[in-house]
Amino acid sequence: MLSDSDRIFTNLYGAQDPGLAGARARGDWDGTAALMAKGHDWIIDQVKESGLRGRGGAGFPTGLKWSFMPKEEAPGRPHYLVVNADESEPGTCKDRDMMRHDPHKLIEGCLISGFAMRAHAAYIYIRGEFYDEAVALQAAIDEAYDAGLIGKTPCGTDWPFDVYLHRGAGAYICGEETGLLESLEGKPGRPRLKPPFPAAVGLYGCPSTVNNVETIAVVPTILRRGADWFAALGRPKNTGTKVFCISGHVNQPCNVEEEMGIPMRELIEKHAGGVCGGWDNLQAVIPGGASVPLLPKSICDDVLMDFDSLMAEKSGLGTAAVIVMDKSADVVEAIARLSHFYMHESCGQCTPCREGTGWVYRVMLRLIRGEASVEEIDMLWDVVGQIEGHTICALGDAAAWPVQGLIRHFRPELERRILAEKVGGGGTDAAAAAAA
Amino acid sequence: MTGTAANGGESFAFTPENRAKADAVIAKYPAGCQASAVLPLLDLAQRQNGGWISQAVMEHVAELLDMASIRIYEVATFYTMLNLEPVGRHHVQLCRTTPCWLRGSDALRDACREELGIGLGGTTDDGLFTLTEVECLGACVNAPMVQIDDHFYEDLDPARMKEILRAFRAGNPPESGPQTGRQTSAPASGLTTLTEL
Repeated sequence: MLSDSDRIFTNLYGAQDPGLAGARARGDWDGTAALMAKGHDWIIDQVKESGLRGRGGAGFPTGLKWSFMPKEEAPGRPHYLVVNADESEPGTCKDRDMMRHDPHKLIEGCLISGFAMRAHAAYIYIRGEFYDEAVALQAAIDEAYDAGLIGKTPCGTDWPFDVYLHRGAGAYICGEETGLLESLEGKPGRPRLKPPFPAAVGLYGCPSTVNNVETIAVVPTILRRGADWFAALGRPKNTGTKVFCISGHVNQPCNVEEEMGIPMRELIEKHAGGVCGGWDNLQAVIPGGASVPLLPKSICDDVLMDFDSLMAEKSGLGTAAVIVMDKSADVVEAIARLSHFYMHESCGQCTPCREGTGWVYRVMLRLIRGEASVEEIDMLWDVVGQIEGHTICALGDAAAWPVQGLIRHFRPELERRILAEKVGGGGTDAAAAAAA
Repeated sequence: MTGTAANGGESFAFTPENRAKADAVIAKYPAGCQASAVLPLLDLAQRQNGGWISQAVMEHVAELLDMASIRIYEVATFYTMLNLEPVGRHHVQLCRTTPCWLRGSDALRDACREELGIGLGGTTDDGLFTLTEVECLGACVNAPMVQIDDHFYEDLDPARMKEILRAFRAGNPPESGPQTGRQTSAPASGLTTLTEL
């Protein structure tokens, strides 16, 4: 288990002062100017060496992403850091804690990361529903300006840097990086075709990098403690610490920072009080937020919580939002609710997603009750495969994956309900027992 | 200046105080990029206009930001937090997505219906409450939860849900956050980390 001395978010639960005095006591804003004095490329190299992969879901190597930014600022084309704080992936509520309880980690991270990519401004795009969190974060930004930590001469350096907070207005798709940029420009959040990638043509057509809150907030600590410290935690290519959100059927739902690669069972039992009714009462876990395929208990028994371990099981770490379902859960409805979510959140510009998400939800509704034919399960598999990979952004994939996971691991349950409905019991347990 | 009917003949303009706030928002963005201020300004206008955005509101914001009206309509119809119809004085938004559902959001919905006497999408006759079901609000380890106006009420059960609504009705909104005395997102039974600091 990770020791407290290796935890980055030491005020995750807000037990201490989230303000500047408290932040300084926790080690934030310590020697920031000296870190910047080592230069843009040194910072990028350190982040590369640390092995940090993006914490927003995709897990792309952060240092590599930064290195795509131009090395020089072209006239009239300023660079921008854009922080994705549109935390909306069902199951995920970690950035919220960082912004309300440890906001200075994020602000210092903006300055250092922004400097590394030769930007003079950061825009933090926070989901609109996080009103109290936006108030808390803005208070910390104001504090940082007043203390000269950001602004015209941040921490005494000659690298002017501004941090702006921008509130969204309720649209999951704005968590997609180019949907976010569209929204930040004052338009509906419809994702852009890539290429060009944001590092070439991003916010206002200028070079931009979009990073998740957690990704940016861990950077100052990585630089202070050393890339090798971070890289020594976890497993190769899956390094560092991670804030996990454990929700659903556990005795003590919570957020917790742990070492990357912790076994799922240990994570749930040590920190979340175990599965309701005990580990043997576990039915399935969605390990990384709504978009990743669920895993049945047999895999959960010994899977590790990192990018590559979960990918090997045809799922993913995503945002590390662990949604637990015990045997009392209707696993078909649990996934149908996610299908409803994607139908609601589809921006509508790509036909496979706009039409497909609604179609999938309607079939899923019938599958809850078993009002379908067995062949329709294959048809559903086929249709989600036609959504996946055929849309501008990953929302289409995200809509397909939970359904694929359900069919992959719970096809017998789907067939059981269909059979039970056929003998006239409406897919209930009693009818299923009769059919069995 | 509260409108009374969608697309009615009412007019709208920011109060001097809100106009100053709007100018401060616009100043956050580079010159010529004032369209970026559209969401913050629509939010500000919605607050001034009693919780919803009328056509007059959209026209005013369009004029202020030098945008074509159609661009404002497009934005206003895209984002769920922008209400295009009047809502009650308190907007109760129930999270329905899987993490909240697993922990009893259906029972909260029934409790709200019972206490308020309205269905989803409805507004009470006294205009005090509007009840809507929404997708994931991002407080999943404190499920089930609702948002009332700007604030999250977390770790709810049906009885506490009803108490909260009664308190709002009595003009005495309770403190937001977890309703069980728990510290934010920490395990309710006690800390498993951050104990050695």
